[in-house]
Amino acid sequence: MSLAKKTVPFQGTKEQEERLLEMIRAHKDQKGALMPVLQQAQDIYGYLPIEVQKIISDEMQVPMEKIYGVATFYSQFALQPKGKYRISVCLGTACYVKGSGKIYEKIQEMLNIQGGECTMDGKFSLEACRCVGACGLAPVMMINDEVYGRLTPDDVQTILDKYE
Amino acid sequence: MYRSHVLVCGGTGCTSSGSEQIIKALEKEIEKAGLAEEVCVVRTGCHGLCALGPIMIVYPEATFYSMVKVEDVPEIVSEHLLKGRVVSRLVYDETITEKGIQSLNETDFYKKQHRIALRNCGVINPEDIEEYIGRDGYQALAKVLKEMTPDDVVKCLLDSGLRGRGGGGFPTGRKWQLAMGNQADQKYVCCNADEGDPGAFMDRSVLEGDPHVVLEAMAIAGYVIGASQGYIYVRAEYPIAVERLKIAINQAREYGLLGKDIFGSGFDFDIDLRLGAGAFVCGEETALMTSIEGKRGEPHPRPPYPAVKGLFEKPTILNNVETFANIPQIILNGAEWFASMGTEKSKGTKVFALGGKVKNVGLVEIPMGTTLREIVEEIGGGIPNGKKFKAAQTGGPSGGCISAENYDVPIDYDNLIAIGSMMGSGGLIVMDEDTCMVDIAKFFLEFTVDESCGKCTPCRIGTTRLLELLNKITEGKATMEDLDKIEELAEYMKQNSLCALGQTAANPVLSTLKNFREEYIAHIVDKRCPAGVCKSLLSYSIDPDKCKGCTLCAKNCPAGAISGERKEPHVIDQSKCVKCGVCMTKCKFGAIEKK
Repeated sequence: MSLAKKTVPFQGTKEQEERLLEMIRAHKDQKGALMPVLQQAQDIYGYLPIEVQKIISDEMQVPMEKIYGVATFYSQFALQPKGKYRISVCLGTACYVKGSGKIYEKIQEMLNIQGGECTMDGKFSLEACRCVGACGLAPVMMINDEVYGRLTPDDVQTILDKYE
Repeated sequence: MYRSHVLVCGGTGCTSSGSEQIIKALEKEIEKAGLAEEVCVVRTGCHGLCALGPIMIVYPEATFYSMVKVEDVPEIVSEHLLKGRVVSRLVYDETITEKGIQSLNETDFYKKQHRIALRNCGVINPEDIEEYIGRDGYQALAKVLKEMTPDDVVKCLLDSGLRGRGGGGFPTGRKWQLAMGNQADQKYVCCNADEGDPGAFMDRSVLEGDPHVVLEAMAIAGYVIGASQGYIYVRAEYPIAVERLKIAINQAREYGLLGKDIFGSGFDFDIDLRLGAGAFVCGEETALMTSIEGKRGEPHPRPPYPAVKGLFEKPTILNNVETFANIPQIILNGAEWFASMGTEKSKGTKVFALGGKVKNVGLVEIPMGTTLREIVEEIGGGIPNGKKFKAAQTGGPSGGCISAENYDVPIDYDNLIAIGSMMGSGGLIVMDEDTCMVDIAKFFLEFTVDESCGKCTPCRIGTTRLLELLNKITEGKATMEDLDKIEELAEYMKQNSLCALGQTAANPVLSTLKNFREEYIAHIVDKRCPAGVCKSLLSYSIDPDKCKGCTLCAKNCPAGAISGERKEPHVIDQSKCVKCGVCMTKCKFGAIEKK
């Protein structure tokens, strides 16, 4: 059995839904508004569950398949919730030649999850990203908004321990 | 009036290494020392030398402090700002000479640079429009609106020889001329800030360090082609750039430099931001426009070109950030000034994001025609740890690897294509002898497999098949016939893919195959990875003469593959070994060999 958490029941609140509806109304007459709406919806919920896509579809009068098409096309839209601590290891070229691949492997091994997955307790999720632009500090990883640079595989344990 | 200005870099690189905390500490210490009326702290954009971040420059004497820590701040305030004594242990050692401290512009990193697109980066506070105006900002727009016709502007750009800095190198003046000639009730100006090449951060630095230059140039473009609306499509992964653009747009509106009737000329122009959502293909112009329309960012065939039918089916011009950043200076200084720099067919300068195995990682702007050797050895300070230069990769996933053989070729659009790479947007990653070229080709192919939008077959399936062939090579299962298959498939993808992503996806493979063929052959025939990277082809063994039997390797082996008695030579069980290399890093006697 995989340790990864595959689906989580939708737990949106009334308050989140109100914010969503208000935001959709503000964008309604704008040309090409779907992307900004999806981006802000993800800010509200942390991800884009099918329930939220359905509300957007109804409110904006955009067919569901179009919304699903856009939400699955762009890598930034997540259809599954992420961990409390989102780890992203930069696999951009500058980090890669400086060994970020080894950091990525090490974290997978330590947390026993693959990239794109979340630990059972919902604590850590892991993904590879392409260049956060801090090439001067390569190899780099981010945990939520915190950047860790000039890493070696040995540093990883100490850093993750901070989040235990 | 302040007697001293302290500039602290607030670009992404330095912010990541803690410059935000330094600014806070600095402001606190200055307040405590009672210097708040005399010393001004300025958060600037990227200064270029990211490897030494966080960077701090104290004016008027321009003392350049590097790798500053929060703990250093009290000393800088009490020694330098209060008593006027430079904290020499923090000064960038390149600026220290026998004659005292020299100007930053005399150091190897900055000496050969010529900053046009980056002229304000690291110099002004990007969140204050007054500082931009103080450096001749918005003067070019005023000149264009008051003194020049659209035809004059196009002529100036054509004469300057400016070519698109986003990759293709299409003459900018020609692009504008085409859009100008098409009649429509609405036209658009778009700025491509979807800098997707991994390892490239030129455009981000311009947006973070000098956002107004892009707004000004876009307004000029709007006047020339007759557009009243502009869009900047910027990566959502660049939060600092997005924030500063928002501030800049609002300030420009307040000052009447965007909006209705700019400079009383009757010309209206406004700009909106659109955030990307992590799709590399959206850097392609037709895909980018489809994405702004709120759809899946898939490219479509050209013609029709955007100049005829672009965003929302209206004539549109799309230029990248660096191209725009050159334009106000060309308008102010004239076409001849710009054309005097560079090579015959590539004028002006180019910004490169220098990264990888090079000492001075950072952002450099050099005249076209500078050689790779000058960039790596002089500006970049050479390869660290005494290793040898092996290759430089330009053009990202569409580009190629330049070998040492072409170290002295002057870099411009046409020469790079001739040696099997391309200018691209400006990522320049240096690789040393520890880099396996087959692995690098594989790395880029993995990227394009991920990022192929899937619309056309040659790209969607071609990239996957190509990656499978490369995997075969790195696993030691390939035959020499596979190299022919790679070449055949690559040619097919080049001819038949819909957009540049697929047409160029094979370039990293073809250029490494051309320049480093012997390395491919070593993988296939000798089942050996010369750089020691490809795991399947490696084996670790213990030299019984050097092994002291300390058991350290056995204790650290995650696979339990090492066995042996205490004080006796140990052995590695090859069937259990996962080739992680931990034993090699732990052994204190250098007894473990990697082959």
